[in-house]
Amino acid sequence: MPAVREETLDVTSDEDVVRIRQVTRQWALDLSFSLVDQTKIVTAASELARNTLIHGGGGSTHLEELREGSRRGLRLTFVDKGPGIADVEQALRDGYTTGSGLGLGLGGARRLANEFEIVSRPGQGTYVRITRWK
Amino acid sequence: MLDGKPAEHIPILKMGEFLLVSIQVEMHDRLVMTLQDELTEHIVRHRARGVLIDISALEIVDSFIGRALGNIANMARVLDAATVVVGMRPAVAITLVELGVNLSGVRTALNAEKGMDLIRRELGLSGRRDAGGA
Repeated sequence: MPAVREETLDVTSDEDVVRIRQVTRQWALDLSFSLVDQTKIVTAASELARNTLIHGGGGSTHLEELREGSRRGLRLTFVDKGPGIADVEQALRDGYTTGSGLGLGLGGARRLANEFEIVSRPGQGTYVRITRWK
Repeated sequence: MLDGKPAEHIPILKMGEFLLVSIQVEMHDRLVMTLQDELTEHIVRHRARGVLIDISALEIVDSFIGRALGNIANMARVLDAATVVVGMRPAVAITLVELGVNLSGVRTALNAEKGMDLIRRELGLSGRRDAGGA
């Protein structure tokens, strides 16, 4: 599925997390997402960008606008080269946290997206991809 | 919402025995932590009995901001002050529930006027009778 439009943003500071929220919001607006859908994808982006920053030691976010027949979607991919997650199933469970958070980041982002994919290799990094269709 | 440099403080207004906070900027994580710390200091310094936090300008509340609101309410309670969060947007409320953030320790009201009434009632002060009318 070819992306109609794409962009990559760095995630290396708190301000970058805010920037990713703003760019995600703009893309969701461009795709005419409903206000609730905009809010969901922006919130999921915020959770995942923070994970990339805090747990992954920084990384990048890749945004893609998708078109599949008449369907349009927004896909966000978060990549870091951090320590990785030893037990992904455990990390997806609500309340599981290694930091100071609520442990809702990954599981919450999965609930806010239509599609969710995670690949993590200890010592190599983590890749999380979410898609929300209009 | 951000013009140039990101904000480093959120103004805390003192009005009698109440503290008023209206969040009008995009909340990066450092700013969230600063607000939490400064609000706690202000409660003690001004012997505040009530804290009203207006989040009507916030386009998202993610798990980090949600947790901070809960922390503020808990710390205020320990310091003998009542907290009410007002003006949450409907799309934000829907997203928070799906995200799994539980604001059970946080009193909420639709707007500042109703929030003020709630605090006054909680403190045993008489609420304004005419509030919410016409």
